[in-house]
Amino acid sequence: MKAILTLDNLASGLVTTIWTPVFVAIFLAIIAYAFWPRNKAAFDKAAHLPLREE
Amino acid sequence: MSQPSISKSMTIGESGLAVVFAVTAFLCVIASAKALDAPFAFHAALSAAASLAAVFFIVNRYFERPAALPPQEINGRPNYNMGPIKFSAFMAMFWGIAGFLVGLIIASQLAWPALNFDLPWISFGRLRPLHTSAVIFAFGGNVLIATSFYVVQKSCRARLAGDLAPWFVVVGYNFFILIAGTGYLLGVTQSKEYAEPEWYADLWLTIVWVVYLLVFLATIFKRKEPHIFVANWFYLAFIVTIAVLHLGNNPALPVSVFGSKSYIAWGGIQDAMFQWWYGHNAVGFFLTAGFLAIMYYFIPKRAERPVYSYRLSIIHFWALIFLYIWAGPHHLHYTALPDWTQTLGMTFSIMLWMPSWGGMINGLMTLSGAWDKLRTDPVLRMLVVSVAFYGMSTFEGPMMSIKVVNSLSHYTDWTIGHVHSGALGWVGFVSFGALYCLVPWAWNRKGLYSLKLVNWHFWIATLGIVLYISAMWVSGILQGLMWRAYTSLGFLEYSFIETVEAMHPFYIIRAAGGGLFLIGALIMAYNLWMTVRVGEQEVQMPVALQPAE
Repeated sequence: MKAILTLDNLASGLVTTIWTPVFVAIFLAIIAYAFWPRNKAAFDKAAHLPLREE
Repeated sequence: MSQPSISKSMTIGESGLAVVFAVTAFLCVIASAKALDAPFAFHAALSAAASLAAVFFIVNRYFERPAALPPQEINGRPNYNMGPIKFSAFMAMFWGIAGFLVGLIIASQLAWPALNFDLPWISFGRLRPLHTSAVIFAFGGNVLIATSFYVVQKSCRARLAGDLAPWFVVVGYNFFILIAGTGYLLGVTQSKEYAEPEWYADLWLTIVWVVYLLVFLATIFKRKEPHIFVANWFYLAFIVTIAVLHLGNNPALPVSVFGSKSYIAWGGIQDAMFQWWYGHNAVGFFLTAGFLAIMYYFIPKRAERPVYSYRLSIIHFWALIFLYIWAGPHHLHYTALPDWTQTLGMTFSIMLWMPSWGGMINGLMTLSGAWDKLRTDPVLRMLVVSVAFYGMSTFEGPMMSIKVVNSLSHYTDWTIGHVHSGALGWVGFVSFGALYCLVPWAWNRKGLYSLKLVNWHFWIATLGIVLYISAMWVSGILQGLMWRAYTSLGFLEYSFIETVEAMHPFYIIRAAGGGLFLIGALIMAYNLWMTVRVGEQEVQMPVALQPAE
C-alpha cells in the first residue's frame, strides 16, 4: 500500500466523492435565489425586458 | 457627412486581418501544390481564393467607409449593427432550402435506390451527412448566429462589439460550411456522426467560434441594460458548450499536414463515449439551448406579453445545464460501454423531462392573455406550435432512453421519426417563426409581405411533419418488432430483406412529407424576398436608417 495522502489521491478523491453534494448544493442555492422574495420585483421587471422599446 | 478633422487610417483589426489573410492565401497555395489528395488540393485552393477575396473586401471596405467608424449611439439610442445579421439570415434561408432538398433526395433514394445512379458523389452515404450538416449547422447555425447577434444587441441596448469581428464570424462560419459540405461530396469525412469535417475544417471552425464567443461576451460587457436577459444566458451556454464539445470530440492527428486524412486520439469505447457525449450535447446545446434562447425572446416580443415566469426561466436554464451533459450514454445502450454508464445516461435523460417541460410550459404560458392572437397571427402560431413539438419530442426522447424501450427502438426508423419531430417541428418551426420576425425588423420593414403565405407555409409544413413522423413511427416499430420476432422453433421469423420490403410504403410517405416541408420553405423564401424587395419602410425608427455596416 502506497502513501494514501498524496495530492493526486486527495484531488481525485475530492472530485469523485464530493461533486454530487456540491452540485446539489449549488443547484439548491440557485432555486433559493430564484424564489427569494426580495428578488421578485427585479425578475418581474426582467420578464418585460423584450417588450421595452429600445 | 464628411468629417475632415479626422484623418483616415486603417484600424489594427483591418490591417492585421488583411495581413493574416494575405499570409494565409500564400500558405494555402503552397498546401494546394503539395497536396497528397485531390480533395485537399481543392480545399486548399478554395481557401487561398477565399483569403484573397477577404483581403480585397477588407481593403475595399476601408476605402469606401468614412474616416470615423460607425458611432456606438445616435441621438442617445444604440446604433445597432444589422449587416452581419442580414447576411446570416439570408444564408440561413439559402442553406435551409438546400438542406431540405438534399433530405428529400436521400429520402427518395431510400424508397427508390436506383436514384443513387451508382455515382459516388451523390450516393446516400455522402449525401446523408450533407443533409444533416446543412440543416443543423448551416440552416440552424445561421439562424442562431443571426438571432443571437440581434437579441444580444437589443436586450443589452448596445451595438454589437467589434467592427470586422462580427463579419469574420458570419462569413467565416459559412466558409466552414462550404468546406465541410464539399468535403462530404468528395468523400472527406472522419466518420463521426454530426462531426464529420476533417481536421483542417475543425481548426478553422475553432478560430471562428472563439471570435463568436468574444463578440458575444464583449457585447454583454458593454451593455447599458444592467440585467442580462435569460435569452443571452441560453445563447452563452450554447456558444461555450459547443466550443468544449468540438474540442473534446475532435483531437485528431493528421497523417500529413498536406492531406485530408487524420486519426482521432481516442480509441475504442472511449471514442464512442466521446462521440455520443458530443452528439447528444449537440442536441442539448445547439438544437435546444440555442433555440430556447429564441423562444425566450421572440415569443414574448411577438405576443407582446412578458415571459410567463422569469423564476421558472432561471430554474429551467440551470436544470438544463446541470442535467443535459450526462445524458449521452443513452446512445450506447447494450454496447461495450460499462453498464453503470448506460444506466447513468438513462437516469439523467429521464430527469431531463423536468427542465424540458418546465421550459415548454414557460413558453406556452407566455401567451396568457394573448391566446386569441393564435387565430390571427400565423407567425406566432408557428412559434407556439414549435414549443408544443419541443414538449412532444422531449417527452419521447427520455422514454426512448429507457433501456427496454431502447431495445426495441434503437437502430430503427423510430429514432429517425423522433429526431425529425424535434428537428422539423421544434427547431424548424421556431427558426421559421424567428426569421419571419427578424427579417422585417432587420431590414426595417413595417411587416411581412404576406401573412397569408405564412399561413400556407404553416399548414403545408405541418401536414408534411405529420406525414413524416407518423410514417417513421409505424415503420420503426414495425422494423423493431420484425427483427425480434421468433418462430415457435426459435428461429428468426423474418430475413432482413423482408423488413426492408415492409418499410417501403412508409419510405414513400416520408419522402412526401419531406417534399411538403420543402414546398413550405420555398413559399417562405419567396415571402421574405418580397418583404425585403417591396415591403413598406418602417418610419418611426430613425436609428435603423443609419448605414448597417
